[in-house]
Amino acid sequence: MKVDWTTFWPRIVESTGETVLMVIATLIFGSILGISIGLLLYVTRKGNILEKQWVFQTLNMLINIIRPIPFIIFLVALSPITRAVVGSTIGTWAAIFPMTIAASFGIARIVENNLVGIDPGVVEAAKAMGASPFQIIFTVLIPEALGPLILGLTFVTISLIDFSAMAGTVGGGGLGHVAMTYGYQRFDGSVMLVTVVILIVLVQVAQWLGNTLSRKVMRR
Amino acid sequence: MIEFKQAVKTFRLGKREVTAVNDVSLSVAQGEIFGIIGFSGAGKSTLLRLVNMLERPTTGSIQVQGVDLATLSQKDLRKLRRRIGMIFQNFNLFSSRTVAGNVAYPLKLAGGAKKEVTERVAELLDFVGLSDKANDYPEQLSGGQKQRVGIARALATSPDILICDEATSALDPDTTADILRLLKKVNKELGITILLITHEMHVIQEICDRVAVMEDGEVIETGTVFDTFTNPQHSTTQRFIQSVQQDRPSDALLKEWRSKGGRKLYRVIFKGEVASDPVLSRLTQKYGVNFNIVYGSIRELQEKFFGNLLVSFDGEEESVNLLIAALKETVEIEEVEVHES
Repeated sequence: MKVDWTTFWPRIVESTGETVLMVIATLIFGSILGISIGLLLYVTRKGNILEKQWVFQTLNMLINIIRPIPFIIFLVALSPITRAVVGSTIGTWAAIFPMTIAASFGIARIVENNLVGIDPGVVEAAKAMGASPFQIIFTVLIPEALGPLILGLTFVTISLIDFSAMAGTVGGGGLGHVAMTYGYQRFDGSVMLVTVVILIVLVQVAQWLGNTLSRKVMRR
Repeated sequence: MIEFKQAVKTFRLGKREVTAVNDVSLSVAQGEIFGIIGFSGAGKSTLLRLVNMLERPTTGSIQVQGVDLATLSQKDLRKLRRRIGMIFQNFNLFSSRTVAGNVAYPLKLAGGAKKEVTERVAELLDFVGLSDKANDYPEQLSGGQKQRVGIARALATSPDILICDEATSALDPDTTADILRLLKKVNKELGITILLITHEMHVIQEICDRVAVMEDGEVIETGTVFDTFTNPQHSTTQRFIQSVQQDRPSDALLKEWRSKGGRKLYRVIFKGEVASDPVLSRLTQKYGVNFNIVYGSIRELQEKFFGNLLVSFDGEEESVNLLIAALKETVEIEEVEVHES
């Protein structure tokens, strides 16, 4: 049975809203968590401003354990914790929780990589001027790495659109869910086409925003 | 002002222990420009970083203005660092901040009020001659301009000491001269004590009052620039001096001089006042000997004359010997050896 497009559009609009909510909420929570972990990873590195080998090693291992797990498996594996935290394993917020956890570790690695690229001489200069480790983090490391960091977060946003489609299959809602149930299971090519077009548009908008913002920050 | 007492710094490189600074005792007086010269790897960069505790000494102590740095808490150490400006070979400017933003940074760290910060930044940019670049970003500046920003930033908190880590090594000769003039101005007009490290002898010659020569982590020679240039004790020091003033012709030319029957060459060194006395002409006339200046120069060093001439004498052997004995009373004179290689 094909969908009736005269009544199906509101469903598409609602799903698009769910997808956008999942992506943006995950991006916000994931960035807060991910940037914190990434900074911690960087400053506790050997020879760095707050060197703590065990913190670095623990975080590093944790990231390396979590990142290779395919998201769809991670989603299911995390469901007991999701239920404990969110209260349910079904719905948009139940998808945002595992998405945030998965995204944080990815973002942490991106943040760390960008910070490593900062000229250590600049950090040394700030130290020589009497900056505290806390001041170095917020007035040197973050501003200096901001341009590439925004591009990194843009990359993450686009993966999140991908994640949100998978979350849809476990009841997270969103465009992924619509595409799977109507487009794939009922062989309705028109639904598939519409959802794919909307996803492409979302990706384009995210990429454009990220590029514009980073260009502004990097003045190039 | 700055006092190193038996300072030692060792690093662990894998399983090897490397001694970057080995038992250095030095004292830098208030108001002077003190230079530390050495080839790369001599430990001068580490030594410099002991002054603001970017590196901590393994043993020994460093005192700045009478305070032993090891006794300071982290907080007091950060306060002290505001009294010690630092500039770098690669400038180390913040690429995310404008020229004015870079200069304002240490003032903001110190908790300056916005209006005062703005005024001070304008004053500093005027001092280094970059008022028109306030809103540019570092990437838009030339190397010399970047170092000027670095100097303005280092001076922002009105420090008593400026430490310079190879500040001109990344610059071309013209720009180097500009920056050295600026450093001299910082020293003379603001009365700031400068401690610099370099591998370029002309930097020492140009602006330093005193110099220490470092090799393998140790200070092998210290003295005023004039004494060190005119009477270097150590072979490494001699090598550095020859890099700025060729004090003898090449061995090939000397051999040719000899093979063509040229006479023995003597090096005559005049220092200070003696350079204005026509001693060579007076004494050669007295002993009836002719002289011939083959090579050399008379130059200014720390606002004093310094002459270094290679001379040959034409006359009776006995007269020449008497002449040399007489010359030895007022100037330094020695026979120049020709290396047979």
